[in-house]
Amino acid sequence: MVSVAPARATRTRSTRSRGASVALHAALIVASLVALFPVAWLVLTSIKPRDAWQSTTVQLFDSPTLANYVQVLTQTAFPRWLFNSLLVAALTTVLGVVMSASTGYAVSRFRFPGFRSIMWMLLITQMFPVAILIVPIYNLLAGLGLINQFPGLVIAYLTSAVPFCAWMMKGYFDTVPVEIDEAGRVDGLTHFGTFWRLILPLSKPGLAVAAFYSFITAWAEVAYATAFMTGDDKYTLAVGLGQFVGQHKAEWGLLTASSVLIAAPAALVFLLVQRHLVTGLTAGATKA
Amino acid sequence: MTAQVADGTAAGTPARGRARDPMRRGRAYSRHWYAWAMCAPVVIVTLVLVGYPLVRGIYLSLTDATEANMGRTIGMNVIPSTYEFVGLANYTAIVTSAEFLSRLGWTVVWTVACVALHYGLGLGLAMLLNRPVRLRSLYRMLLVLPWAVPVFVSAFIWRYLLNGEFGVVNAMLRAVGFAGVTWLDDPFWAKVSVIGVNVWLGVPFMMLALLGGLQAIPRELYEAAEVDGASPWQRFRHITLPGLRPVSSTVVLLGTIWTFNQFPVIFLVTKGGPGGSSEILVTYAYRQAFEGIRNYSGSAAWGVLILALLVVMAVVYRRALRRAGEAW
Repeated sequence: MVSVAPARATRTRSTRSRGASVALHAALIVASLVALFPVAWLVLTSIKPRDAWQSTTVQLFDSPTLANYVQVLTQTAFPRWLFNSLLVAALTTVLGVVMSASTGYAVSRFRFPGFRSIMWMLLITQMFPVAILIVPIYNLLAGLGLINQFPGLVIAYLTSAVPFCAWMMKGYFDTVPVEIDEAGRVDGLTHFGTFWRLILPLSKPGLAVAAFYSFITAWAEVAYATAFMTGDDKYTLAVGLGQFVGQHKAEWGLLTASSVLIAAPAALVFLLVQRHLVTGLTAGATKA
Repeated sequence: MTAQVADGTAAGTPARGRARDPMRRGRAYSRHWYAWAMCAPVVIVTLVLVGYPLVRGIYLSLTDATEANMGRTIGMNVIPSTYEFVGLANYTAIVTSAEFLSRLGWTVVWTVACVALHYGLGLGLAMLLNRPVRLRSLYRMLLVLPWAVPVFVSAFIWRYLLNGEFGVVNAMLRAVGFAGVTWLDDPFWAKVSVIGVNVWLGVPFMMLALLGGLQAIPRELYEAAEVDGASPWQRFRHITLPGLRPVSSTVVLLGTIWTFNQFPVIFLVTKGGPGGSSEILVTYAYRQAFEGIRNYSGSAAWGVLILALLVVMAVVYRRALRRAGEAW
């Protein structure tokens, strides 16, 4: 172990050759540009005049204007759709996190009859082609009177968000030492009390990822929302956006402006949780 | 495997102490009661919204139900269903059709190409980000950006970027003297395009997962290897790859499932076109079900087939992992 300290010293930034540093940064910059460019182009297009997208030359700026945004926000049902989307996404996030955390904890800590079946169920549910489930779920929700109702949509989203989140939370809880549970039990907490008071506060990174995933699922889903929501006042953003794309001609000006408005909150939530993302996600993946 | 310690009844020793002592048996039940209660909401919602449709779907796939002969209620009148049980006719019709094999072939190519590129690029970027490098967190945030954009928005962006006439990709190609490519209107380039779009979408997830995996590998292993004079390639081959195995096995399985069923990318970018050339099994099945007269039984049979393919794949994969010594 004596040799460890000098070995660590050789792995710092300062000792890397200049050429290697340049290559490293060049690779990262190219990759970042590829990741960034489509999004940046979307933003640039959205502040161009309405018909500027029909241009065959590359122009970064072309008489920038906020006209597209003004039109989207004042002359379409966009604000209503935004409210609907926020409502559905918030409900899905809260319920999704609660359900996946408790399930994840149960399959992480207990070996009970049915454990294996539940693990398989969580995996297999991921495999369901959403497109195929739409018709039966539609009939089922119609029977329950939940068509064109937000709770119906939330329940449908939970079926796709919760299995993945629970699977991931299990992995996260596996990394929390069992000694903590044992200490809680010794101090007289119930299983549920241990989970609620000791384990959850220690699992914020994992919870953040679960929240993010649930939010994105609800925020960005198209197929269920298209099939289940029938009234213009009940549309979510994903469905509403489709109204700007005509059969033959798309309103790219409006489309890009509303895309930016839709992507921005998602990116914001993302930035809030991204600090926890690597820890949460990997803990989930390493032990799953 | 810290988990198994928490409660005595680990999978390998299910009967420990159970028969000896009624007190213990009671305690075991109370433990299970907690576990079951905590899983109950998920299990119930899943069984109702996935299990029931699945059972019903399997039943429908054995009948000749379509929109025309399905029972329904119009106002006060209840029209009874008139569809009949036809056994495996739907399945034989699908499996023997030329369409099924060609769709399956392209779906496999699509899945393998996407997952390989996701994994390769994700691992490469994760290894770059795992080095001590200036601006590391800025790079990480930029690289993760595609994941933060909702998929349907991304699909719209790419359809615009790849537009043959007005798309900026072709505009840039023309600016440097190449002819534009009809990205979305040529069968070959349409396939390249959808793979490219899906790779752009999926790399951030792989990168973050593998980055976390890299950070979990004890630094001491590398230091010891370096002291022993191992080359960078040897360190990668004998420390990094084995150390990443647990992460890799999970993300590759999930990635494969997600890509195999990747509906929005193909449906929104090329609409399966041109001429159905970029249609994968899922989008093809969806079109069967929702275009023209809704063929409920046919689409159910497609769904069951797709699911069966995935389940077989997952079982084979898990078994291979278990043989390699990974318990689950």
